[in-house]
Amino acid sequence: MPGIKARSDWPENGVNIMRDVAIIGVKNTKFGELWERSLRDIVVEAGIGAIQDSGVSGKDIDALYIGNMSGGRFIEQEHIGALIADYSGLSRNLHVPATRVEAACASGGLALRQAIMSVASGYSDIVVAAGAEKMTDVGSEEASSALAAAADREWEGMAGATFPGLYAMIAKLHMHRYGTTSEQLAEVAVKNHKNGCLNPIAQYKHAITVDDVLNSIMVADPLHIFDCSPITDGASALVLAPAEIAHKYTDTPIYIKATAQASDTIALHDRRDITTLDATVMAAKRAYSMAKLAPKDIDLVEVHDCFTIAEICAIEDLGFAEKGKGGIVTENGETAIGGRIPVNTSGGLKACGHPVGATGIKQAVEIVTQLRGDAGKRQVEGAEYGMTHNVGGSGATAVIHIFSRER
Amino acid sequence: MSSVPRFWRNIGVRYNLEGTRCKECGEYFYPPRNVCVNCRRMGELEPYKFKGTGEIVSYTLIHTPAEGFEGQAPYALAIIKLDEGPRLTSQVIGDIDKIQIGTRVKSVFRKLGEDGERGMIYYGTKFVPVDA
Repeated sequence: MPGIKARSDWPENGVNIMRDVAIIGVKNTKFGELWERSLRDIVVEAGIGAIQDSGVSGKDIDALYIGNMSGGRFIEQEHIGALIADYSGLSRNLHVPATRVEAACASGGLALRQAIMSVASGYSDIVVAAGAEKMTDVGSEEASSALAAAADREWEGMAGATFPGLYAMIAKLHMHRYGTTSEQLAEVAVKNHKNGCLNPIAQYKHAITVDDVLNSIMVADPLHIFDCSPITDGASALVLAPAEIAHKYTDTPIYIKATAQASDTIALHDRRDITTLDATVMAAKRAYSMAKLAPKDIDLVEVHDCFTIAEICAIEDLGFAEKGKGGIVTENGETAIGGRIPVNTSGGLKACGHPVGATGIKQAVEIVTQLRGDAGKRQVEGAEYGMTHNVGGSGATAVIHIFSRER
Repeated sequence: MSSVPRFWRNIGVRYNLEGTRCKECGEYFYPPRNVCVNCRRMGELEPYKFKGTGEIVSYTLIHTPAEGFEGQAPYALAIIKLDEGPRLTSQVIGDIDKIQIGTRVKSVFRKLGEDGERGMIYYGTKFVPVDA
């Protein structure tokens, strides 16, 4: 890969002295427009649900990490970590340390990564990683403006760029260079809606057709409104423990095989190649190396499909399709449930919904549910290894995790 | 953006395409950077005024506008590669039906946007297609 090189000390040398980490509890709230519920309501539901699922007690919890992109813009509330600890009953008597983590739409994935590192290092034993966003207390214009802050405000935003606009430019060049079609982009949305129909928490539980996508209003050419993920309220939580004691709490701990993160330029125009997310490529390389696995070993993946083109780029950059072939692979059904590599069984950001700070945690909840064999009608049979891929902005942050059923 | 100093401090950059060039490795930067991405602390940056010519790397027609650009939709937004090397994001105006990936463009001074009816009006650089 020209322009980027692997750090030779990354990550094996450090990891060998670290403890293995397991996930022992999970919970998503319903995703959607939750007019009657506040941020604190939904986080408490997710947090308490995950704690109950794990069987730990509040007094066992050593730390709380919460992914939240923009409480300040969406509900005029900062200091989200303290707020959540308080309303989860972890503050006044227990004084559990709580840290908010922010990396735009990758906030949830990064909160999980901080939680893993805290347990792996031995600093903490039981840690809760949560993610939440309450987006519908403001109008959609204000929400879009808050989301646009994930790009370069001064050198993209001030030129009139919107998020759909940036991904539209990725799509335009991908189509020009590789022959990807609008129909292939639409197939991503069709598949993810089909999966969303099977997920009880999904925002959209109705099937759509390629024509529905192509006939929906144009947001930024070539992206239609049905190529875009929605504005969503939702919260998700996980409970983590050192692998050696995980069986004390659950018969089906799911193990973390890799946690990896990479950065790229904040502005899309400064990237080496606009149709490749080098942050994804680099984080994937680090994750595969840490897990000693290859793309062919992964049984299912939750990727960051904030726009349909983003899923196509993601499956290419993660090594599940050759560069430029993401559209064809999708069209052929290889990413559907029952296909070669099921992608976004939860319905993805497109159909399950995209409460930005919660998304990275929700992806992990989906993979854990699948690896436990609890995914019901959307179950990927015999899944051993699952992956999550969470992106901030147009690709300035990528966070990847690999999970397994066996330690 | 509702902040006069935030805009004012970059007037030269926005009006006149002023950037920087690293004397050590020769790479040009727009907007200007204080640290060269190749040479980092070993680099030495000097001011450079771009010629304002380049070509379209990719583009889109924005139908749902950004805040402050409501009156302008639909508008063409593009990533433009300046002839000196760096790329930037800008609107392309003029005969936008004709623009394609690879279209040659040059910079022009135009109004960018405004903070509502009574707020600041922002000026800066946009691009127009030029005949090859």
